[in-house]
Amino acid sequence: MAKFFAVTIIVIAILSAIPILRHTWVAPEDISTHGALIDEQMSETMAEAGISFLAAQFVLAIFIWKFSNPGPDAKLKNFPGGAKGLVIAAILVVGVEVMALGIFGVKAWANVYLTPPSADALPIQVQAGQFAYYFRYAGADGKFGATHPEMINEGTQNIFGLDPEHDVDARDDIIAAEMAIPVNKEVHLLMHTKDVGHSFYVRELRVQQDFVPGLDVSLHFTATKVGKYEIVCTQLCGLGHYNMKAYLEVMSQPDFDNWLKQQAGQ
Amino acid sequence: MHDMSVHAGQHHAPPTSFIRKHVFSLDHKVIGKQYYALALVAAFIGMFLSWLMRIHLAWNNAAIPGLQLLSKTGAPGGVMTPEYYLQLMTMHGTIMVFFVLTTAPFAAFGNYFLPIQVGAEDMPFPRFNMMSFWVTFTAFLVLMSSFFLGDGPTLGGWTQYAPLNAVGSVAGPGQGLGVVLWMASIALFCVGQLLGSLNFITTTLDLRVKGLSLMRLPLSAWAWFITSCMGLTAFAVLMPACILAILDHVAGTSFFVASNLVINDQIQPHSGGSTLLWQHLFWFFGHPEVYIAIVPGMGIVSHVLLANMRKQMLSQRTLIYSMGALALLSYMVYGHHMFVSGMNPYSSLAFSFPTLVITIPSTIVVLIWTFSLYGSRLRINSASLFALGFISMFVSGGVSGFFLAQPSIDIMLHATYFVVGHFHLVMGVAAMFGIFAGTYFWFPKMTGRMMNETLGKAHFWLSFVGAYCIFMPFHYLGMAGNVRRYASFVDDYLQPLIPVHRFITVAALCTGAAQLIFLYNLIHSRFRGEAAADNPWEATSLEWSTATPPPFDNFGGKHPVVYHDPYQYGVQSSVGDYVMQASPEQVKSDNEEK
Amino acid sequence: MRTKKTLLALLIVLVCSSLMFAGTVSGKVTYTGTPVKQKPIDMSKEPSCAKQHATPITNETVVTGPNNGLDNVVVYLSSGAPDDGQVPSQTITYTQKGCQYIPHVLPMHVNQEFEILNDDQTSHNIHPLPKVNTEWNKSQPPGTPPIKEKYDKPEFIPVKCNIHPWMHGWFVVLKTSHYDVSKDGGDFKLPNLPPGKYTITAWHEDYGTQTADVTITGNETKDVNFTFKAKAY
Repeated sequence: MAKFFAVTIIVIAILSAIPILRHTWVAPEDISTHGALIDEQMSETMAEAGISFLAAQFVLAIFIWKFSNPGPDAKLKNFPGGAKGLVIAAILVVGVEVMALGIFGVKAWANVYLTPPSADALPIQVQAGQFAYYFRYAGADGKFGATHPEMINEGTQNIFGLDPEHDVDARDDIIAAEMAIPVNKEVHLLMHTKDVGHSFYVRELRVQQDFVPGLDVSLHFTATKVGKYEIVCTQLCGLGHYNMKAYLEVMSQPDFDNWLKQQAGQ
Repeated sequence: MHDMSVHAGQHHAPPTSFIRKHVFSLDHKVIGKQYYALALVAAFIGMFLSWLMRIHLAWNNAAIPGLQLLSKTGAPGGVMTPEYYLQLMTMHGTIMVFFVLTTAPFAAFGNYFLPIQVGAEDMPFPRFNMMSFWVTFTAFLVLMSSFFLGDGPTLGGWTQYAPLNAVGSVAGPGQGLGVVLWMASIALFCVGQLLGSLNFITTTLDLRVKGLSLMRLPLSAWAWFITSCMGLTAFAVLMPACILAILDHVAGTSFFVASNLVINDQIQPHSGGSTLLWQHLFWFFGHPEVYIAIVPGMGIVSHVLLANMRKQMLSQRTLIYSMGALALLSYMVYGHHMFVSGMNPYSSLAFSFPTLVITIPSTIVVLIWTFSLYGSRLRINSASLFALGFISMFVSGGVSGFFLAQPSIDIMLHATYFVVGHFHLVMGVAAMFGIFAGTYFWFPKMTGRMMNETLGKAHFWLSFVGAYCIFMPFHYLGMAGNVRRYASFVDDYLQPLIPVHRFITVAALCTGAAQLIFLYNLIHSRFRGEAAADNPWEATSLEWSTATPPPFDNFGGKHPVVYHDPYQYGVQSSVGDYVMQASPEQVKSDNEEK
Repeated sequence: MRTKKTLLALLIVLVCSSLMFAGTVSGKVTYTGTPVKQKPIDMSKEPSCAKQHATPITNETVVTGPNNGLDNVVVYLSSGAPDDGQVPSQTITYTQKGCQYIPHVLPMHVNQEFEILNDDQTSHNIHPLPKVNTEWNKSQPPGTPPIKEKYDKPEFIPVKCNIHPWMHGWFVVLKTSHYDVSKDGGDFKLPNLPPGKYTITAWHEDYGTQTADVTITGNETKDVNFTFKAKAY
């Protein structure tokens, strides 16, 4: 029974590792300028976690195999080195390595969150609401019209609560349900939610950030590859949470300019 | 026995009526069993809910026959609506975290065995203890009652994030009265656990018998003591948070709702509240809560392993310090649940490093357990199998913490199935294995009968393999970016992952069915099991020195005197390879703590 | 007792007379000025709906026809109507198709049962937002039975889908069965009116209400027209 248990542990450990080693299920290819560091951090952590996982399971299995149901003449022994050796090993091998990972990881985090966006980044406002995203571009005047929460009306498609009748800035604002951005240009995303908490997650862009009701947060990134990607919500926001998504279209600069023109015409 | 000091009088008189004996009992042992029964009922309800969810996730638009009988609007024609999925998910999480993982290893076993392991007749405040259970029971009924609301229970998840938890039914079905009942239930639950923690702490500190220094306490008692210290501080934060959320609903306050929120084109009549305030309050409780669920399991597993290894741990003191370190650190790391929540990005880094430090005590605990097996005479039985399984699960669930402790990686893995896999393995399955190990080990003492070993082993094999089949794939799904808390996977991106979900569902149904073996074994053995001796496992701690099952005052009117460290295994004595804590026999041991 | 009998007699007279002398009010709803341009709806997040529309549909707040005709205006008898409390027995339906409510405006009698159908391949959610009636919020996965509901108080109730935020419509609960919704360029018709003095109200979701008084003396058709002032924004 014990030997079978030991084998089971080893088999499970190996089977668990196979999809990781074969990259059966991995994040989609990175299309951002900051993502490489995150991916690198991920694979280094995977190496360390994987080795710890396999080592711990193997040692456990070997000891179970070896020391279960011994004969009557088996002598009790203690692991040479005792607890002190193990504590030192835990601190030196696992502790220090994990801390080192953490310290290296600061750079990947800082890239996204601790650096300001460049001055010429394209500002786009995204407003999350139950259960869709809408995007706003400032239009020709480069100014966003003021928002008036009390004027928000999805029935008349006044998603942002703009008041074009009295507010000149709002008249040329472009509002879209999909997010188009030019490739290789930094985007400064101004994040606002009109109701509850939501999140902005684009796997390919290596970006995830919650929307905080009552607090506008911002994010900046640069996409490096033309294509169509999904933006999904990762913060439980109500019954339609599973269906809250939008598409991110990364376009060449001329395509993007055309897209803007076409949107402005509608 | 000449070594027992004669005790002057009863702590409280033994009850005579049925109600005082079995229902409103002051006896910690009855209360412990009541907690266990509550956890058992809750666990099966929670598991049943997970079955429904898994079936829905794997076969999305399939009707589940009869489901419309549970909720006509939630499942018209048997097809689960998205809100009903979220409602079941919320109830699954709440039931499991609070009413199973907190009650069974901590409140149930702790109540039953902590006073016996310290040699006391009962807890110092038996009435508080009784209140603790009945308040918890009421909390459970309040939570269950929300199933019968017109629009069902709350759908906000067990974390009940603001402002979804405070704006009312305009935000969705169950967000009105459903949330209020949830908050009321959890606030009551907190009261119950505060009363319990108070008793546990005073029992440990004040009621130890002669000779029982703190360092001579069994590891299980240490684990309950550490857990109750966490409970006293963590639940004391969650309870007011729940009350504030209720006020947002019924008194028009705005603790958690910011100004100018527009829901369904209606501007909300709240202003000035803070969304992140709830997250800080919740996770200040929430992270210690994870350790409240797992630390008793660590104590139980150590206790069970020791009796089955027939030798001492490499260092009991190191295990105690490590558990203590986990408890302390648990208050400094809660922000790792909020890396991408919009809090200051520097705070994320500040919370990241203590989280990474947690790896050290966790690794120490695992290494001490594993390397204590070296050179042991390991007995394989249902209890020790589950204890060993616990170590395997704790490692598997623990290593994924390396990822989630780092904010940069959390950008990719936050709110994905990776997190679901992580916490299910480490605080779900591992903690459940601790409960099972404790059950197979202590059942004889609690009932006077042995559990069936064959059924116990069958239960172990199916649970061990099954749990890995369910929860390992969760990690893969998460790495591929599968978002959690989705009622169905409609995105183009997620379609190819549905076969993995189907595999998980089949595994979950089988593993869940295996738990029926346990239920049968438990009930059958309770009435038909083989009679148990006073000390069937040849164990050393005080619970094995008394009769099986223990008399009303635990030691028959006497107080035992403790002469030894808790785990004197692998020694030569008159009874065998062990000497009991309460035995005055002098034995040669090089392991006695100085 | 006597009043009851009198009332009954009156009722019989009324019913008979309405059978014999049934007047009709018909007319056209128009607008002046330039209505705001209706915005096309981007349904890309729900591909099964998006592909049902060759060109994107627009929102339906203001639906116009030729010759400044204004559709989706509910025209009904707001006073003077001989409401006998009889609830029409026919069931009316409200269909979700292509992530759009059909019809956009659904008038109904108080206590009249209506059915909500989901013709789409996706789950819908129906969340009417009444102020005086009871609020409910139900989801309807594809292939599930129709939702049957009724309202017991007159009210104009906006309807939303909580899964597809662009889906928007109206339930108009009236204390009369004499109503019509202007269509095909603003045309409406209220037939079968017994002789009497009536107030006719025309209600538009964005432009508000207008009323007109009309007297029906016999078997005749009266022409009543309404003109709303369009909002530029």
